[in-house]
Amino acid sequence: MLEGFDALLLARIQFAFTVSFHFIFPAFTIGLASYLAVLEGLWIWTGRTVFLDLFRYWIKIFALTFAMGVVSGIVLSYQFGTNWSVFSDRAGPIVGPLMAYEVLTAFFLEAGFLGIMLFGMNRVGKGLHFAATLAVAFGTLLSSFWILAANSWMQTPVGHAINEAGQFVPVDWWQIIFNPSFPYRLTHTVLGAYLTTSLVVGAVGAWHLLRDRSNDGARVMFSMAMGMLIVAAPIQVVVGDMHGLNTQEHQPVKILAVEGHFESYPDGAPLYLFGLPDVETVSVQYPIAIPKLGSLILHHSLDAPVEGLKTVPKQEWPPVPIVFWSFRIMVGMGLLMVALGVLALLARVRRRLYEWRNLHRFAVAMGPAGFVAVLAGWVTTEVGRQPYTVYGLLRTAESVSPLDAPAVASSLIAFVIVYFAVFSVGTWYILHLMYHPPAPAEPGLEGGTAPIRSAGITPAPAVDPNRTIGTDEQEAR
Amino acid sequence: MDLPTLWAFILAFAVFAYVVLDGFDLGIGILFPALQRGRDRDQAMNSVAPVWDGNETWLVMGGGGLLAAFPLAYAIVMPAIYTPIIAMLLALVFRGVAFEFRWRDPRHQWFWDLSFAGGSMLAAFAQGVALGALLQGIAVEGRAYAGGWWDWLSPFSILTGISLLIGYALLGATWLIMKTEGRLQDRAFHYARLAGIGTLVCIVAVSLATPFLEEAYYQRWFAWPNVLFTAQVPLLVVIATAVFGLSLHRRYERLPFLLALALFALSMVGLGVSVFPDIVPGAVGLHEAAAPESSLIFMLVGASILIPVILAYTAYAYWIFRGKVGHEGYH
Repeated sequence: MLEGFDALLLARIQFAFTVSFHFIFPAFTIGLASYLAVLEGLWIWTGRTVFLDLFRYWIKIFALTFAMGVVSGIVLSYQFGTNWSVFSDRAGPIVGPLMAYEVLTAFFLEAGFLGIMLFGMNRVGKGLHFAATLAVAFGTLLSSFWILAANSWMQTPVGHAINEAGQFVPVDWWQIIFNPSFPYRLTHTVLGAYLTTSLVVGAVGAWHLLRDRSNDGARVMFSMAMGMLIVAAPIQVVVGDMHGLNTQEHQPVKILAVEGHFESYPDGAPLYLFGLPDVETVSVQYPIAIPKLGSLILHHSLDAPVEGLKTVPKQEWPPVPIVFWSFRIMVGMGLLMVALGVLALLARVRRRLYEWRNLHRFAVAMGPAGFVAVLAGWVTTEVGRQPYTVYGLLRTAESVSPLDAPAVASSLIAFVIVYFAVFSVGTWYILHLMYHPPAPAEPGLEGGTAPIRSAGITPAPAVDPNRTIGTDEQEAR
Repeated sequence: MDLPTLWAFILAFAVFAYVVLDGFDLGIGILFPALQRGRDRDQAMNSVAPVWDGNETWLVMGGGGLLAAFPLAYAIVMPAIYTPIIAMLLALVFRGVAFEFRWRDPRHQWFWDLSFAGGSMLAAFAQGVALGALLQGIAVEGRAYAGGWWDWLSPFSILTGISLLIGYALLGATWLIMKTEGRLQDRAFHYARLAGIGTLVCIVAVSLATPFLEEAYYQRWFAWPNVLFTAQVPLLVVIATAVFGLSLHRRYERLPFLLALALFALSMVGLGVSVFPDIVPGAVGLHEAAAPESSLIFMLVGASILIPVILAYTAYAYWIFRGKVGHEGYH
């Protein structure tokens, strides 16, 4: 099946597969950890039990998602070496320490307090438990900080020298971390994660509102999610535009590919809404274009000239059709998010937020939109960086491990089978949890929904009334 | 001590932390099929559920730290042990998700128990194989691995694979002695005795084989006056084993675990004696593979502040979940 491929292409497919699959989970848990912290904080602050119910409802989903994120993430920390050993040797002195800081500041923090967050409510009391939740939430953000510093440096490398062995040697760590694309990429990614989470929370809330609009938990989560959306989605549009301008400055070829600008346009480039970029004929087939709008977006001026891909040697081009389309998918999803946010705001103003069924249907349909947008965005930026791993300095073809194609092919097949099998089942369990409505005092595991608990665990100890937090973590599971 | 040597010790510490911490929870997975369904298995799993994720983070620290401090070694070693590493990673997927999945789906709990046990066994075995493959030496040319993708497989690497599997089972059994009571604890004592004997046999076998793999290893162990120092290692192993046997006999609850840790620590020292000052045994030295000073210093600042903090809050998390797991309600 894979004999036509060389080890390089197989290694690329493998990395794209494992990293994309992995990122689905943190894209959700980064936002969900913060959301859980907000819920717990609101519960402590207001004393309203609905917030505790929602906290318990979502922490079950968080535990599952986090576990899948952890195991798929460990894979990545070793894949640099197994499949990209030359990259590891050359870029290790810079990328390695950034990832080591991610482990030291973020992974240990998350893992250390996750146990307390999940299982420790009865043992530590409200205040310390909230601190543990905050630590986990903060850990997810720190993790984004370091990994995006590493990724951004690979996109816009600065602050280094190259030694006689061909290794990138750090000269100025401040410059390396705060490299030119880092602030934009970090903001864009974290906002994307928050949007992803609010769309999922909103979809679950809307789903339960469609079945029972008096469900208090569903109302609160839907309202919170739509509130987050109307704030974050428009900001994301602005941040995305700034990120695009930054890319235009540092990686102009990527932008040309995204826009499908093969030709040069001395007096203003069009914006292709649709089309099929064809690298053979070096043109966009079946185009639907708006004249001059491309220049307006990219240069904020109608007549700004654009020098097309044809002025760049072809071996410097990224795969044009992929980035052209992944970008349009991302933007399309983003615009739909803004639309949902605006409609929800409208409904709120007219006091029909919990009654407008078509809005709820729209919100349910938008549940996965964040994941689609996030993955499409990453495809745009990572494929758009090709043919380099360290932009302009180290080619992907030079980065790969000296491995036989069959080794890479067999591991790729193994990853595909295992990931689809294990993570599909995990997703099914998550959907199963979401299918159950949030209930007052979130009994979760009592009465009709008992199967989640395994039989045979000894009964929970008598609850100490002084430390009672709802009932106990048994319910929270 | 210079920076590369210091980093070698920090990484050795991370690897040791990983081996003993994830060692006992992998060990519980290895013993899982031997435990009775229902209460025993639930308790065994609950005894590690709050801490396994933190334990596994040391593995990421080991891999990430090697990339950061010794990028050349990382680049040479990973392709050399490609197959065992991929097998370990996939095994850890099965085993990690089982912690959550088995509680979500009672009808298929048997499958996730299998996935937990099988994943733990394969991960432990693959780690041992990887270690053996590196010890027996790998082909290096220039700055890259130059061997084939089946070079790792040898009688010696299979021996080290089985040894680690049994060693982890020992850590798991002694952990269960500490954390459980009654019937499950009785079984744990029984398994600790078996795994203890097995571990001792394995330590002896690996120790006898290793000095003859490479001339350099032999020299490091037996050259005069080194031997005065190195001879202490097997001596201490004998003492630790004797005390271990006694502690099981008298049914001490914490001592067996501590002595299992001591056996692992001694094995690690033994490994260090064989390999030091190489980082890719027989091929690349510490200093040759080390990252530039600017990388090592940058990380050292963070590590010297953060590692003590990490150890403190990890200890705190363990303390929160201290005591017997028998009457717990979580999960």
